[in-house]
Amino acid sequence: MLALNYRGPYRVRASQKPDPVIEHPNDAIVQVLRSCICGSDLHLYHGLVPDTRVGTTFGHEFVGTVVDIGDSVQNLQRGDRVLVPFNVFCGSCYFCQRELYGNCHNTNPQATAVGGIYGYSHTAGGFDGGQAQFVRVPFADVGPTKIPDDLLLEDALMLTDAFPTGYQAAEMGGIREGDTVVVFGAGPVGIFAAKSAWLLGAGRVIVVDHLEYRLDFVRNFAQCETIDFKSVDDMAIHIKKMTDWLGADVCIDCVGCEAAGSALQRLTGVKLKMQAGSATVLHWAINSVRKGGTVSIVGVYGPTFNAVPIGNAVNKGLTLRMNQASVKRHLPRLMEHIRAGHIEPHKVITHRMPLEEVSDAYHLFSSKLDGCIKPVLIPPGVTV
Amino acid sequence: MDTPTKFAHIKGWGSDLDHANRPAYPKERTPPRLDPPVHWKEPEMQPRHVEVLRSTERPAMTPVFGSGQPPRGLSGGMRRFAFGYSENDLRHWLLLLLADRIDVGEGLVEDLASGHVPRIYSEMGGRAELQHNPVGAAKKALAVVAVLGTAYLLARRRSPRR
Repeated sequence: MLALNYRGPYRVRASQKPDPVIEHPNDAIVQVLRSCICGSDLHLYHGLVPDTRVGTTFGHEFVGTVVDIGDSVQNLQRGDRVLVPFNVFCGSCYFCQRELYGNCHNTNPQATAVGGIYGYSHTAGGFDGGQAQFVRVPFADVGPTKIPDDLLLEDALMLTDAFPTGYQAAEMGGIREGDTVVVFGAGPVGIFAAKSAWLLGAGRVIVVDHLEYRLDFVRNFAQCETIDFKSVDDMAIHIKKMTDWLGADVCIDCVGCEAAGSALQRLTGVKLKMQAGSATVLHWAINSVRKGGTVSIVGVYGPTFNAVPIGNAVNKGLTLRMNQASVKRHLPRLMEHIRAGHIEPHKVITHRMPLEEVSDAYHLFSSKLDGCIKPVLIPPGVTV
Repeated sequence: MDTPTKFAHIKGWGSDLDHANRPAYPKERTPPRLDPPVHWKEPEMQPRHVEVLRSTERPAMTPVFGSGQPPRGLSGGMRRFAFGYSENDLRHWLLLLLADRIDVGEGLVEDLASGHVPRIYSEMGGRAELQHNPVGAAKKALAVVAVLGTAYLLARRRSPRR
């Protein structure tokens, strides 16, 4: 089959790899119809995630058709069209019992903080991902969700990660009616977090980024105010000025470990790797939120350490909430929102490219060229 | 504050104000709302055909794991060594990052040994750069030429002294 093949930082290609096979009785093999490149794939692409091995296939956002199932699979049949949450999870461990599917304890032998994630390094279980023609899906009775006939395939694709992650980011903010919410990052997850903040009753939503095309997009998609951080001297002062000098009620980090905005953080975190990426947005969020407010983090950080102003968080009495999204528990409600016309997630997709052009797709997305918000890869031979 | 009226133009505004409508409120739920529930008490073990490294912070192998890209060569040795330290130990992660860099070199050797000359510029998205950022591509090309040219001139300056 054709699949992405990681060759090192900033280097990927599409090449032939062996087809995946059933390795466990509850596995399924899914033929991929669409897969996305996610902003967090860029952390892998840039070589920032430990134990990202050469030869790996990335891709944790995909939809497809079931083409093979293991002996113990009961809930799926060949031919079913499924969306596959990015978490690999068992549904039965201590954490899955509490709906913490992003923290499943039965799918990642190589680390204990996070569960398995498709195509997200051996730190996340060593599973090959969906930027390929076929992908092995473990615990097929639990993870994959059949795509209802009335749901667009590309809306389902956005439900595998970006929309639920944005929604969970907003929900972890504990937004109350009329709250002022600041979302850092106008990538797809930030866009969905801003939109979700409205669903949860925010009274004001402000999105921070530095790329005008992304700020334009989020203004139109999520009807929010925006801040270009390059035009701002100091983020905390700016947010406080905008909020009667109190600070925002909720700040949401949808950026993670490669944040721009601070030369020192970029040097120590991204270039020299003296910390687990730059923690610029964590600083901004903690220092811009009001006392007693909430900081919600879904941006991806490495497992080592970051210089974070935890003292300010203590002194301000903040609530910090964070996690990988537990996609499965959000799906029924988010499908209702799509059906009700509250949101059209597929509209964040700006580029549809053949899987064969994956090198260009990554470069386009990574370098923010051609107005790219969300690129989707289409494997060869797929006609839908 | 008459927020519902104020935000009537925003589709779905406040539809999840009621916590009952929030899928993750409260954040932990027991038992989970899986429909249908799982049909096992303990998942079966996946047979292991390749070497899979395991964190020292867990006593046994997980029932399911990824089996791609087993450790190999010098980078693999470093990864095994790194997994001797817990996730709580910075050495674990720094050794893995170093192994990743070595792995890149091993990948190049692997490509060449199999008769495949990697098209590195293409793998780095060179075509997209040329199409959508020609000025940037030109600047990068000039920078590369300048570095190589300087290196060449320095090498030429040294050679007569030998």
